[in-house]
Amino acid sequence: MGDYMQVVTNILMTTVIYATPLVLAALGGLFSERSGVVNIGLEGLMIIGAFMGAVGTIATGSAWMGLILSIIAGIILALPHAVATITFKADQVVSGVAINFLALGISMYLVKYLYNGAGQTPVVPETLDRVAIPFLSEIPVIGPSLFQALPFTYIAIIAAFITYFLLYRTAFGMRIRAVGEHPHAAETAGVSVVGIRYLAVIISGALAAMGGASLSIAIGSEFNQATVAGQGFIALAALIFGKWRPLGVLGAATFFGFAVALALTGQLIGLSAYVPSEILSMLPYILTILALAGFVGRAEAPNALGKPYEKGTR
Amino acid sequence: MQSLLARLNKYSGATTAIISILLGMVVGAIMMLAAGYNPVAAYNALFVSALFQPYDLGETIRTITPLILTGLAVAIAFRTGLFNIGVEGQFIVGQLVAFIVATQLGLPPVIQVIVAVIMGGLAGALWGLVPGFLKASRGVHEVIVSIMMNFIALYLSNYLIRTWLAKGADSTPKIADSPPLKVDVLSQIFGGSRIHLGIFIALLGVFVMYYLLYRTKLGYELRAVGYNPRASEYAGMSVKRNIILSMMISGSFAGLAGASEVLGTSGYLSIEAAFTGIGFDGIAVALLGGNTPLGVIFAASLFGVLNYGGGNMQFEADVPFEVIRVVVAAIILFVAANISTKIVGRFRKQKGVKKHG
Repeated sequence: MGDYMQVVTNILMTTVIYATPLVLAALGGLFSERSGVVNIGLEGLMIIGAFMGAVGTIATGSAWMGLILSIIAGIILALPHAVATITFKADQVVSGVAINFLALGISMYLVKYLYNGAGQTPVVPETLDRVAIPFLSEIPVIGPSLFQALPFTYIAIIAAFITYFLLYRTAFGMRIRAVGEHPHAAETAGVSVVGIRYLAVIISGALAAMGGASLSIAIGSEFNQATVAGQGFIALAALIFGKWRPLGVLGAATFFGFAVALALTGQLIGLSAYVPSEILSMLPYILTILALAGFVGRAEAPNALGKPYEKGTR
Repeated sequence: MQSLLARLNKYSGATTAIISILLGMVVGAIMMLAAGYNPVAAYNALFVSALFQPYDLGETIRTITPLILTGLAVAIAFRTGLFNIGVEGQFIVGQLVAFIVATQLGLPPVIQVIVAVIMGGLAGALWGLVPGFLKASRGVHEVIVSIMMNFIALYLSNYLIRTWLAKGADSTPKIADSPPLKVDVLSQIFGGSRIHLGIFIALLGVFVMYYLLYRTKLGYELRAVGYNPRASEYAGMSVKRNIILSMMISGSFAGLAGASEVLGTSGYLSIEAAFTGIGFDGIAVALLGGNTPLGVIFAASLFGVLNYGGGNMQFEADVPFEVIRVVVAAIILFVAANISTKIVGRFRKQKGVKKHG
């Protein structure tokens, strides 16, 4: 019985750890996409965040400084996406693909330059370790995963609720939604479509970079080519599976984290004898396709998603 | 009049491409300068080492081969107004099925290779069918489904390799007398390099795409749907059918790329933690090549030279290879933002020249 509890506790802890970067990045994607700008570049924004988190921590000796620098790097890399898609009206998906290329290129180029041709950064001198919340962390089973969690986990959960509040309870959030659903009506009502979209893409860069940083200065402790390996795309899936809603995204990312946790702990708990780990790893993607196809609920994308805004057209 | 317009379009496409390439290389040069490297020496090393020796030329052509096919894959989907970002996954299943045919069926050697190539293409088509069908039948965006299909392909491939093809090891044994697409004569002409018959599959693919697009009714319909789906529907074409066919043809090019790689270059499969990137490179190739068959050859050649020469550049001029990724990314961004027409357009406006309606 004790063993059984321990297994569940472990699975929950792994779930929360894997969900954390996904929640942050998917919330980033949410801001961008609710404003009408597709962000396939989440992966690249996570890469640059992970890179800068590690390099910043090494340079300053402080993981918190590393996090701040990584947020700045995410904002800087989000800018070319914003300029290309909003100002130059480039295809948003293509631009996002370019951002992914750009991030991997720049980060590995700089790693080799900074660390004499090495394929990874040195181990960071400080990581953002688990912080226990008094009393709550004593709760059996869920205590260790939720209340003795990484600072990034607390940030991710709080960010989901702040996003919810911003989006549905403030004028700024209403403008983001208006711009993403009906930009011309929003413009007529005096909202700057270009301004709101720029801001939304910048916020998405900051959040996705934080998600990336969690991989290099908390969950892991260095940056290399494989530090971010598809999490940006899973975050994108979580965004869709969560129907572009903050709390839906939180739930979807947690569910995907759970699938990863099962795939990873399958060996330990004897699950892999029945279901191969690769099948468990596929699960998030298969479910997302089923969700999109309308077999598992219906995914409703923002109306103006993917369409460049042209003044004076309808 | 129409041909003039078409020619103008082509001209501006080529201008965009050339300006974007130059700007992309400037971005790379700036990055090299900022890090204290010599960009002239680096680019020199890159181009000289990629082209001037028979061996290197053969290796460059080997690098170009899959890029042509994945470029065609992305391009034909684009022509129908679809973005096939799933080329990576279609490449993986093409590779997987071609390998299975080549190792498990026990057919006579030459027939076996031919069947393996064809089955690889069909596997890619099947993988492209899923996003195509969901787009046509349920209006689901093909980009998202394609991305998901990439991961499913990766894990499926890993699963079959681990449990069946490699029997618990990380990589499979090589195909017998491997790689089967490699022929000694060709290799010897190019200084013993790993160039293989895949390049002819790729060139055949270019011809097929050209013929299909411009000389058949299907190609006309595919392009019409890409230009204007509503008008095509009104003219009696089935948009849904064309979407599905386009994604399947696209997937088959990607599958052929995978088959050509495993049968021509590596000869074995291994468990992969991440994607090869060849499929994603196809996006860059198609965009830069303006989604035309000939453009794809040029763009694939450029990226092939950059990719292969970039490795030597790292060796000879000591500049990290990754700067090439930045150059490619910058080129995509510049092409996507259509930077040259924006500049030229502004210039024209100032001179008071009217735009073509």
